Amino acid sequence: MADKIFRVNMTDLTAKVEDVPEAWMGLGGRGLTSTVVAAEVDPTCNPLGSKNKLVFAPGLLSGTTAANSGRLSCGGKSPLTGTIKEANAGGTSAQLLARLGIKALIIEGQPKGDKWYNLHVTEDGVTINEETETLGMGNFKVVETINERLGAKTGVITIGPAGEMKMLAANISVKDPDNHIRSNGRGGLGAVMGSKKIKFISVEPTMNKVEIADPEAFKTANRTFAKALVDNPITQALAQYGTNVLVNIINEAGGLPTKNFTQGQFAGHEAISGETMHDTIVARGGKPKHNCHPGCVINCSQVYADMQGGYRTSGFEYETIWAFGADCCIDNLDQVAEADNILDDLGLDSIEIPVAFAVAMEAGVLEFGDGAEVIRILREEIGKGTPLGRIIGCGAGSVGRTYGITRVPVVKNQAIPAYDPRAIKGIGITYATSTMGADHTMGYTIATNVLGVGGSLDPLSKEGQVELSRNLQIATAAIDSTGMCLFIAFAALDDATCLPALIDLINARFGIGLVADDVTNLGKTILKTEHEFNLKAGFTNLDDRLPEFFKEEPIAPHNVVWDISDEAIDSFWDF
Amino acid sequence: MQFNVKLFAYFRDNRFKERLSEYPEGTTVEDVIRSLDIDLEEVGVLMINSRHCTLQQEPQEGDQLAIFPVVGGG
Repeated sequence: MADKIFRVNMTDLTAKVEDVPEAWMGLGGRGLTSTVVAAEVDPTCNPLGSKNKLVFAPGLLSGTTAANSGRLSCGGKSPLTGTIKEANAGGTSAQLLARLGIKALIIEGQPKGDKWYNLHVTEDGVTINEETETLGMGNFKVVETINERLGAKTGVITIGPAGEMKMLAANISVKDPDNHIRSNGRGGLGAVMGSKKIKFISVEPTMNKVEIADPEAFKTANRTFAKALVDNPITQALAQYGTNVLVNIINEAGGLPTKNFTQGQFAGHEAISGETMHDTIVARGGKPKHNCHPGCVINCSQVYADMQGGYRTSGFEYETIWAFGADCCIDNLDQVAEADNILDDLGLDSIEIPVAFAVAMEAGVLEFGDGAEVIRILREEIGKGTPLGRIIGCGAGSVGRTYGITRVPVVKNQAIPAYDPRAIKGIGITYATSTMGADHTMGYTIATNVLGVGGSLDPLSKEGQVELSRNLQIATAAIDSTGMCLFIAFAALDDATCLPALIDLINARFGIGLVADDVTNLGKTILKTEHEFNLKAGFTNLDDRLPEFFKEEPIAPHNVVWDISDEAIDSFWDF
Repeated sequence: MQFNVKLFAYFRDNRFKERLSEYPEGTTVEDVIRSLDIDLEEVGVLMINSRHCTLQQEPQEGDQLAIFPVVGGG
């Protein structure tokens, strides 16, 4: 059966099933969400108004047995940045949606009254139901409630109280294989879902299989692909230490933004490092490795246990630990884990919020290093929607504007993550030019600037950084369309068998004959589509800039500033 | 000549986190790695004083040499 587009109109509360337009056939994941948003959303619309749309799309390979193919893309116009946005997450829903034959779920319009709804997705279509029971609930309780109501195998896509309150850092969370959650984290898409008065989307479990045009070729390609992933040494390190292995290496490189981006190294780095985290998890009987979606062979996630060995948090990422740890100077992994867990439950981006806290610390709202006060504010202010809670819940830019702070690390109003662009210049190009505001995952130059993956390029040099970021952003846009986890890129950059096997998988799935250039062209087309949307929304090249303070304040230990010229930044788009 | 060696991730297992030791003049980064019985193939990133360095470089008195296995994240 051919895949379909499921379309839900929240204005008149109707849903329909449509054929996939020819032009969208070869697209999935980010490629599809961005194409739909660019085609159907007025770029100048209010992101929280009736004209914005929320688009969910599994990747081209989601729902198949291909390793690591379970990422779910979500797109729309971001209320945080005002740009186009795609955020992707693991969990179980991408695979279920793909097996139900759903190419994309497009949610448009906005209900007039105060009622809230849930959407239930089956292979026949979407039903819109009034929702009352789960309103105000945190994400964990929502998952528990839906499991009881509809069965434990049901896919759940949900917003927490932050999304209901339309905080601009609200995310959308997806149930994972252990009934915890993974999140479409950045850009406030949870607020868009809240603006459409949808508390959660449940996805019916299915025994359906995705049709494979050439099953034998698919199996062969998957074997090669999975082997390339498993054999890769970075894969192995990710399973042991998680992404948090980066704390010590980025600190050593002098690029770990500390105390609201005033220093490049954190004295307490050992206490929050991947090495300490691993030892703590093992000592307390947690799980050092864990998958965010079925079929993942990398297992970068983990279950971080509390002192008694109980669940404290999972999917405990480097960027979150950096932000609460180094940027807010909280050298206590247990407090950081508790804060991470509260953010998961409230449904907030765990990069944006801690960066916002660091700005609030600079403003004197609380002291640097005061983890207990962070936890109190999360629960009592943000969780309850007090004025202070909403100011922080709307992100770093919101805090900076409210308190008159000029050192606010954002691009297009989205918080800059865990790598200082003065000391690691390639990532500065990515922050500046990304179609979605500052986001390391758009073009992860850290691989080549610091980790020696895909070659090596001096992080302090101005040379070659634009080209590096461009090539990575193009490749990332393509990978984000396959449903693959971005961490396949570590193998793809250094193992010659990996990328051809990925292309073979796509070809065998659809019975087509893509070559490497087609994949590159796909990446370029996606970036240009997104860029065009942003230009129509009113952005110009002058928005592709880092905040002023990066040019003026040298950062230790290298005592460097951001010194790549505006002309060089603008040349990013010459392709 | 003395310089400080810092090890990371599983390179610390049965070795150390950080150690200041005496080395003969002309000791290279590779010499240090071999003396620690670390497989060169497992080495991912090397830095002296927070700058990337090569196996052939010679740390100087008071330097900080950091040795990482192949790691990634993001």
